This record gives sequence, structure tokens and C-alpha cells, in this order.
Amino acid sequence: MLSRIAESLFWIGRYVERADDTARLLDVHVQILLEDPWAEEDLACRSLLSVMDREPPPAHVEVGREYVLDMLAYDRFAPSSIAGSLVSARENARRAREIISTELWECLNATWNQLPSHMRPARPHDYFTWVRERAAIVAGIMDSATSRDDTWNFMVLGRSIERADMTARLLTTRALAGSAGPSWTTLLRSCGAHEAFLRMYRGAASDERAAGFLLTDRLFPRSIVFALNQAEACLANLEGTSDRAAVDDARRHIGYVRTNLEYRPLIEVLDALPKEMERVQRACSAASDAIRGRYFPSASSTNWVGEAL
Amino acid sequence: MQFYVTQRYHRADTVRIMADLFDDYPTGPAWDEMIDPDGGGSRTAYSGLHRALAQLSAGELRARAETLARSYLAQGVTFDFAGEERPFPLDVVPRVLAGDEWEHVAPGVAQRVRALEAFLADVYGPQRAIADGVIPRSVVLSSTNFLRAARGINPPNGVRVHVSGIDLVRDSLGGWRVLEDNVRVPSGVSYVLSNRRAMAQTFPELFAALRIRPVADYPRRLLAALTAAAPSGVDEPTVVVLTPGVFNSAYYEHSLLARTMGVELVEGRDLFCSGGRVWMRTTQGRRRVDVIYRRVDDDFLDPVVFRNDSYLGSPGLMTCARNGTVTIANAVGNGVADDKLVYTYVPDLIRYYLSEQPILRNVDTWRLEEPDALEEVLDRLDELVVKPVDGSGGKGLVVGPKASAAELATLKVRLRDDPRGWIAQPVVQLSTVPTLVEDGLRPRHTDLRPFAVNDGESVFVLPGGLTRVALPEGELVVNSSQGGGSKDTWVLGGAVPRRAVRHQSELPQAVAQDSAVPIDSNPNDVRAQVMQQQQQGRATTAGGSPC
Repeated sequence: MLSRIAESLFWIGRYVERADDTARLLDVHVQILLEDPWAEEDLACRSLLSVMDREPPPAHVEVGREYVLDMLAYDRFAPSSIAGSLVSARENARRAREIISTELWECLNATWNQLPSHMRPARPHDYFTWVRERAAIVAGIMDSATSRDDTWNFMVLGRSIERADMTARLLTTRALAGSAGPSWTTLLRSCGAHEAFLRMYRGAASDERAAGFLLTDRLFPRSIVFALNQAEACLANLEGTSDRAAVDDARRHIGYVRTNLEYRPLIEVLDALPKEMERVQRACSAASDAIRGRYFPSASSTNWVGEAL
Repeated sequence: MQFYVTQRYHRADTVRIMADLFDDYPTGPAWDEMIDPDGGGSRTAYSGLHRALAQLSAGELRARAETLARSYLAQGVTFDFAGEERPFPLDVVPRVLAGDEWEHVAPGVAQRVRALEAFLADVYGPQRAIADGVIPRSVVLSSTNFLRAARGINPPNGVRVHVSGIDLVRDSLGGWRVLEDNVRVPSGVSYVLSNRRAMAQTFPELFAALRIRPVADYPRRLLAALTAAAPSGVDEPTVVVLTPGVFNSAYYEHSLLARTMGVELVEGRDLFCSGGRVWMRTTQGRRRVDVIYRRVDDDFLDPVVFRNDSYLGSPGLMTCARNGTVTIANAVGNGVADDKLVYTYVPDLIRYYLSEQPILRNVDTWRLEEPDALEEVLDRLDELVVKPVDGSGGKGLVVGPKASAAELATLKVRLRDDPRGWIAQPVVQLSTVPTLVEDGLRPRHTDLRPFAVNDGESVFVLPGGLTRVALPEGELVVNSSQGGGSKDTWVLGGAVPRRAVRHQSELPQAVAQDSAVPIDSNPNDVRAQVMQQQQQGRATTAGGSPC
């Protein structure tokens, strides 16, 4: 497979997952801001923006829901917004058109076509629901109509890395804003994990269990450890056993941060949650770079700078 | 009932904006919760809502109403009406209660629950109130819901009324009165939860402007109360919700409660009793059950003790409850406390058990067993409301002014035959709230059912509750089983709940700019943009022709 195609596949996985996760995150945060009369909207919105790597406006400007939605939901040009991710996913699919199935292409293309008509509805919830549904269709097509060859491995690899990264960002919103931030219940709900969690612990919910569920549950597909495990499995599939002694860079980053979460007492992780979550995000980023370095080497591009002449 | 058109010049500018919505809004004899007929404007609690509605046109409001209905169909929030699954009608205009008003209602409800708890503990125990002459022995013993089988079952933490719904109405003077108590299996709380969710999604700007007390806490409170009621010595009790099954009209509620509490939703056939304990059948073998939050009526709970043709319960349940190995919530035999004749004694019971004055008053009620009262009621039957004492959901209720002469004649015979079986009350003009109907916003009668959860330590009253609204014009019966709808109920403001103390130095902290982990993107994307720009740029310089 061409490196360029593989890279596109990897990024389709990441962008679609990013759109999905961002929609979940915003849906729950917006709902909470509405339902909780004591929510500190400005603070909550600021922490959301900074966690999503967007520069918040200066301190004297009151940040509200609309601003956050503009930045993180409707901005078509930023890769960290939902609309931007969907546009980029479609662009990547267009470049890998000959490899991905027609079904998948049409799904992503239809999503892109329908995007303008779904943006800025009366209820933001409708937009988020739509995004989640589109992401579910992509996942369904990947699951049911893609051979488990490298195509699948690259897409799922992208998806898993993005999922671990986004879940880590989500948990950071909690840790940073403290009591003003979303409760653990909110976080569970935004991952679609609340009901699974309640069934697992029969309603005897505590903060610690909720955190543990999102961090280290081995059966729930949106927990960080599950996602990292899946990423490792994909890397193992891609790599084969060419070198029996060394471990490839990407796997080392992911495996290291995963074992760090998995084999340490939960309480230690929780004590330094923002630090740990930053570590997860950096590991995902480093793994992504390592994957690029190994599988998608590109000729160094020459930049011609007109003005210098 | 005389209606007159409100004179427009009283509130000229308001009317001009909302000509469609509140145009020709009639004032009736009943207390209207939003519009003050004297001042012409809205009452204080409603001012925010009134202003927000004023900015909507009739078309916009209807569009929102449709969104609400659609979201209810999609979520499956339905009610079984005459064998048909219908979306539960949720009106777009919420009911609003001021914070200080709620500070009066909530303690009143809690007080009532405490008195009824004490009463139940007493009648199924020492019966002091009867000995002291507070309530006649005959009234208690003749109640069809006074169950001998319940005597001697002592709930572990002393709670029999784990969940209750106290129906309140607001009369024509604006005062709150208790219409009836429901301490058996009160339903409707799921609609409170789902109404709130749907309204928050449909009216985000209102939620942003008003500070509305949240209700999402209810499942957690309920689970805590049920867990607290577990038999003593049980570590990590297993709580289940017992439903009559998917055909029950309130099945949606049963599943919602089980889902949000994270407990098993069981039917009678999933349970069995063995070795003096209750078990449920699971794929992992049998599993002990400690607390049953049952939504099955007493009569069907245990075929050994009650109706022997019941398939909804589980044989042996009562024996286990008597052994103290399982807690049934709400307790069996609670019906005696919400018997409508006992209702007339509740103010006395509050004074007797709690040594407090009742905070919320009853509706005046005639006890038909008293000969004078019976004669008076028979005389004025065409202007009174007559209710069977053990009915709920508006079953068997006769509204005098609306009944035909033949109906009244049959009723007279029945009252004479069975005076214990009925009570009579004056027609209470239930307060009205603007409701969206065919002609626009019109006043419709409402009541309010706040829900209370008793965990043995304190009684928690959910802020708001279920507001039921009678959709036909002038109709005074609001029960959903009679085709009524509901409104979201907003309690405004109030004290900020205690939260963990924040240290100034610690929080709030935003992510420092350098520590925010950047969000990656495919480097090729960026390049593509550059390429695109270049192509476009070239196209422009080349005078628009493609190269």
C-alpha cells in the first residue's frame, strides 16, 4: 500500500473519531450548563477551550456557550472542531478513494454535503446527534465491509489513538476546573459510558470508580486503556515480527503510557490526573509522529518562498 | 363560567409583540399562575418566562412544540392510553414556582410524609392513635387497603413510605391545598426527568436566563434511600425494580428508574423464594435480592397471601418480608394511609404525631358516614365532587355540575348504600397556566405532584414535581389516565448548594499555554490547502481560464 494512502486511512480514523468525541463532549457540557443553575459558565467554557487546544479570548471577555460552539462545533477550518474534522476526513477519503470502499466514501461525502444544512440548528443537540450517527455509520461500515488487512489496521489505529487522546482531554476538563467542572457522571455520560458504568457497579457510584472506569476498564471500548490496547494490537498486526528484540517506537510510547496507567494504584494516578492525562496526550502525539516516521515517510518538501527573492 | 376579553390597552406594548400568543387570553374564576387579571401583566415568578415567550411568534412556538413531541416519540416517552402507545403530551409552556413559594411547599410535603409514616407504623403496631381517639377504629379497620398481612412486618430502618407523591392544587385564592396523598406506588417521576431534559434542549435560552433548580439527582437519592432500607447486616445490598411487565402503562418509568439507578428491572417470574430468601434467576445462577422497589400493587404481589391468580408477583415474598430477609418498598398495606377518608384526619394526625401545625391545608371534605353530612351532600350533589375513597387516577370520580340527572340519581343510591366508600368535596377551581392549544395559548387547569423520597434520616422533596394539565377547556380532572398532559415544573433560584471549597491559589486554573497538548492534523491537509490556494491563485492571475 502506498504510504500516502495509508496516511489518509490513518487520518480518516482519527478525524471521524475526533468529530464523534467532540460532539459527545460538547453535547454533555452544553446540557450541563443549561441544567445546572450554579454552573460557572465562563470558567467551564474556558477550560473546555484550553483543553481542546484553542486559545481562549482575553480574560475580560465573557465566554459563553455560543462562542464555544462556534469554535469547537461549527468552525470548518480548524482541525479541532467537529465541522473541520468532518471536512478533513472527507478530504483524506478523497485522496484514498481507490482503496476505501465506495460505501465508506459515499458516507463521508454525504456527511460533507449535508454538513451545511445541519450546522447551527435551533437545538445544538440535534447537530451532535447527527454527528454521532454519521460517525456510527462510518464505524459500522469499517466493521462490516472492510477486510482485516492493512486498510483496516490503519483506520482502527488512527481511531484508537484519537480515542485515547480525546478521553484524556475530557478527563483533564474535570481535573482542571475542579468543582466548577463537570462531575464524573457528566464525563461518563459524554463517553456514552454512564449506563454501562451504572450496570457494572449497580449504581454504587463513586468518583474513584468512575475515574477508574474511564481510565482502566478493560472491557469498555472508550476507556483509555482499552483504546491503547487496541492501538497496540493494530501496530502488532502491521509490524509482523521482523525484529525480535527491539520494539518499534510507536508501540513503545503507547505501551509505556498504558502500563503506567494499568499497573499503578489508581489513587496515584488520580492524585496527579492532569499530569497523567497530559502524558497520555503526549504519548499519543509521539506515537502518531513515530507512525508517520515509520510508515508514511514523505520526501522532504521544498518550500519556495517567493518573497525572499 | 364567565369569560371576558382582557382589555388590551392595559399592557399595550406587551400585547403588540405577542399579539398571536396571548391574544384574547381569557380570565376565568380560577387563579391564573401567569397572568394577573388585575395588573394585566404577568406575576413575578413568571416575568422571565413571559418576556422570553414574548419574543417568539406563534409559529416559532409551535415549531418548538413539534420538536418536543418528536423528541418524545424518538425517546419512546410514551403512555398507554386505552391500549395505545402515545407520546406523553408535554406542553411547551412550563409551570414556574418562585423559590420562596417552594420553601413553603416542600416542608409541607415533607411534614405530611413524616406524619403518614408515623401513622402507618402506628396502625400496623400499637394503634395508639385509635386508643387516644384521634382517628376512629372503624375508619381504619373498614379501609379496604388495611391489610392484616402487613401487621408485624417491621421495616429495617422504619421507613414504609420510601417514595410518595402528594397531589397539591392551588385554589382560586392562590393558596396551596393537598388534594390527595399517594403512598402506594406513585408514578410520574420519570416524566419529571424526561420533561426537563427535553425542555432544556428545546429552550436553551430560557435555561440560560433563569436559574432553575435541577432534578437530575432523583435516581441517586432514590437508590440511596432504597439501599438504606436494606435488611440489617447486608453488605452491598442488591436492589431491584419489580415491574408488572412491558404492558403496564408506566413501563417506561420502571425501565427509566432501573436504568438510571443501574439496577436490575425484574418481573415476577424472574424472582423466586427459597430458603427464606428472595432470589433472581441470572445467567450466573441465582442471585440474592435484598430490596425490591416494587411497582406492582399489593393485591398482585404474592399469590400465597393475596390474589391467588396473580402472575405478576412471586409466591413467598410476604413470608420473606416478614422474616426480614428482604425489604419491600413501598411497604405492603400503605393504602390505608392514602384512603380518602383517612385523608380527612391527616391534619389531626400531624398535630398528634409531630406536635406541629399542618403547613399545607386539606381541601374541605364531607365524611359521608356522618348522617348530617350525608344529607347535606345528597342535597347539593349537583355542585360537589364525589370520589371513591380507594380510587386513584381519577377513577370513579363524579363532578356534580357536569353529571346528568340520571347519573346523579344512581350516585345517590350508591352513596346511601355505602357511605364509607365515598367522600365529597366542593368543586375546587384548580389554578390555570397558559397552555398551547389549537387557538393559541389558553388557560388550562393544573395540579402538582411533588415527589418525596424518605431515606430514614430525612425526607427529600424533589424541586418541582409533575404538573399535570387537563387539555380540554374547563376540564378539572387532570390525570394522565383521563387524557391529561404535563408541564415541566421549574423552581427558581434558591441557595447555591454546598460544594467543595475552592482555594484561590489552586483554582481556577486554565491550562498554561505551553502545556496544552496541540491537536495534531494530517500535514498533507495543510499542504493541500496551499496547493489549492496556489491553483486558485494561478487561475486568477491567468485571467480566470483554467490552465
